[in-house]
Amino acid sequence: MTDVNLTLVIVSAALLGSGVYLVLERSLSRVLVGLVMIGNGVSIGFLVAGGRAGRAPIVGEDGDSAGIADPLPQAMVLTAIVITLATTAFVLAMAYRSWQLYGHDDVQDDVEDATVRRLATIDVTSEAYAATTSDFPGDDSSGDPGQGPDDDPRGNQAHGKDPLGRDPRTGDPAESDPLRADAAEARGADS
Amino acid sequence: MNTLVPLPVLLPILGAGATLALGRHPHIQRWLSLTVLGGVAAIAAVLLVQADRHGPQTVWIGAWPERLGIVLVADRLAALMLLVSALVTLAVLAYSVGQGMTEDEEGAPLSVYHPTFLVLVAGVANAFLAGDLFNLFVSFEMLLFASYVLLTLGGTATRIRAGTIYVLVNLLSSTLFLISLAVTYAATGTLTLADLAARLEELPDHVSLMIQLLLLTTFAIKAAIFPLSFWLPDSYPTAPAPVTAVFAGLLTKVGVYAILRMQTLLFPHSPLTDLLLWAALLTMIIGILGAVAQSDIKRMLSFTLVSHIGYLVLGIALGSRSGTAGTTFYVVHHITIQTALFLVLGLVERRAGSTALMRIGGLARLAPLLAVLFFVPAMNLAGIPPFSGFIGKVGLFQAAQADGRALAWALVAGGALTSLLTLYAVAKTWAVAFWRTPLEAHEALEAIGATDDPDGEPVPGHDTRPVHEHRGHVHTAGGVVSRADIEEARRLGDDDMPERDFHTLIEAGEDSRHSPRGMLGPAAALVTMSVMLSVVAGPLYAFCDRAAADLHDRGPYLSSVLTGEDQ
Repeated sequence: MTDVNLTLVIVSAALLGSGVYLVLERSLSRVLVGLVMIGNGVSIGFLVAGGRAGRAPIVGEDGDSAGIADPLPQAMVLTAIVITLATTAFVLAMAYRSWQLYGHDDVQDDVEDATVRRLATIDVTSEAYAATTSDFPGDDSSGDPGQGPDDDPRGNQAHGKDPLGRDPRTGDPAESDPLRADAAEARGADS
Repeated sequence: MNTLVPLPVLLPILGAGATLALGRHPHIQRWLSLTVLGGVAAIAAVLLVQADRHGPQTVWIGAWPERLGIVLVADRLAALMLLVSALVTLAVLAYSVGQGMTEDEEGAPLSVYHPTFLVLVAGVANAFLAGDLFNLFVSFEMLLFASYVLLTLGGTATRIRAGTIYVLVNLLSSTLFLISLAVTYAATGTLTLADLAARLEELPDHVSLMIQLLLLTTFAIKAAIFPLSFWLPDSYPTAPAPVTAVFAGLLTKVGVYAILRMQTLLFPHSPLTDLLLWAALLTMIIGILGAVAQSDIKRMLSFTLVSHIGYLVLGIALGSRSGTAGTTFYVVHHITIQTALFLVLGLVERRAGSTALMRIGGLARLAPLLAVLFFVPAMNLAGIPPFSGFIGKVGLFQAAQADGRALAWALVAGGALTSLLTLYAVAKTWAVAFWRTPLEAHEALEAIGATDDPDGEPVPGHDTRPVHEHRGHVHTAGGVVSRADIEEARRLGDDDMPERDFHTLIEAGEDSRHSPRGMLGPAAALVTMSVMLSVVAGPLYAFCDRAAADLHDRGPYLSSVLTGEDQ
């Protein structure tokens, strides 16, 4: 492997690098462009792997096979290109469907993780812990006496419906949530 | 030369074409695909006997001179995997036929299901038989493409979301595979495994190590080995029950099979024991801790799936005959058990309207048969004697103990801990979903203020509940999203999640009382098969041991491929 074509190597590396950058984006269409670039970079990499360029790999009746290019990597690249084509079509369809459903094609986070984490906050918040820390701005127990309920920085949200059922002004849990209500009592007792 | 060898790939491919053409005749479609899979199972059984009696069976496709063609090899390991996968896919297909006859799969285009499923089966079979790396790549692509379609079946909101991550992760791993193929070819000039076995040894150590690590990373993504396992628990549970079952049973095991083949055939002198042992330990522990935290049975099982891949990696990492034998046995056990559990879970979901632990209860009394069908494989998974899970774990622990180094002993401890935590996770599921009454479940939901309100209040399991909210953006644990997005997602609905818990369903008389026989039968058959694994454990373990001996000897495989002679 002394005769590596440097141009091919550089082109392949540039395609791979740009592709990786795009794959790190959130938008599925950009990710797709990135994947296509990576695919092309790898295909060129195969040409490098195939060694020296040569004649078309056809062996005539005289059986002369000197100086022909290695056909095997080219066959592999062809297979890879076909697969990339199918991939592109599929991911495009998925991006379109995502746009139909959500109005965007961003790759989204795992929503179940959020549920599990929320369960954890319900389960483990001990009174001692709740008394010393608070997630919620405007909570008196946070040890900041200057911040009362009226300074709620989320004033613009006051009329919105809080999905947790908390009082939007204090951030305290509503009565329907006894575990949280307990914690609120504990905080109230402290302050 | 054995003309039977290509048939486990060819038959499903031809079947896929035929069922696609027969898309308008679902009845013929069903019987055709069932027949094809039955045929594959029969052929795999014949191949198993032949490989055991006469050594590896090989076919050079095209019969080109100078070993230019594509070689398919069925040795003991490949034949065993073929047989198990054929039986499991047959059961899953029968199950989905049973499901399809009684309910229209959420409006999904059912005509696509059979061809795609058959392509998946062909891909899996091809991966087991592949005698060269590029063919292995092609089979991975076949099964992955089929899995993309099956996972996003119907194109519903949750499936598109989960499918996106699955597809992207697998595309990246395929790209990585291609890169490692290019590197391997540049370094050795061949991709045929048997040739590579000789030529890799002539390479400088650092080059062959790089190739090994590239291939390992690729296969570790497919096999969901920590830290490359995070895509799995997110994507699997959203698919329809039979699809999740076949994915969980087979797809990760194909990755494990590839690692096993590669480690024994290509890199016998570089087992990377320490690296793989650490990976195995972390996969086990972190996977099972994830399972313990889950509140949905499907996700819990997906995490145990990841966790138990650790056991398989443990056997491979040891690089000894007893370790390989243990892994082989454990693969067979785990394919069966994991598929069976997910099939039963499909029935649970149908009966109780959900698999979220919060919402269901009382199944032991309301559906005793389902309870038994869940209990047996669940205990098997946890490794309670005399089930096959126990036998497999003992085999692996013995192999680790024979290895003797401190890390191997740590793996024994980690494996035992994982086993106990698995027991804890499934016992919790059992106690909550099967033991308590639906009313208790309902009251528990009320106690945390999370019962379902008719006015569209969010419900747990409906995921987008924010952790806290700040200036128009909602901080869910998963990240920051805008309020509008959440409302939109809620409006579109989580199609898999019903609006009401089990108790409410029963009160309204809207729970489905009968599990269709077409679904119950295959699930029961798989559970029976998993129990039978303990009955035939002696001969089966002996067979696995012979397969492991073949793998470490390499002689039978190499001579069969390179000289084309069947011994």
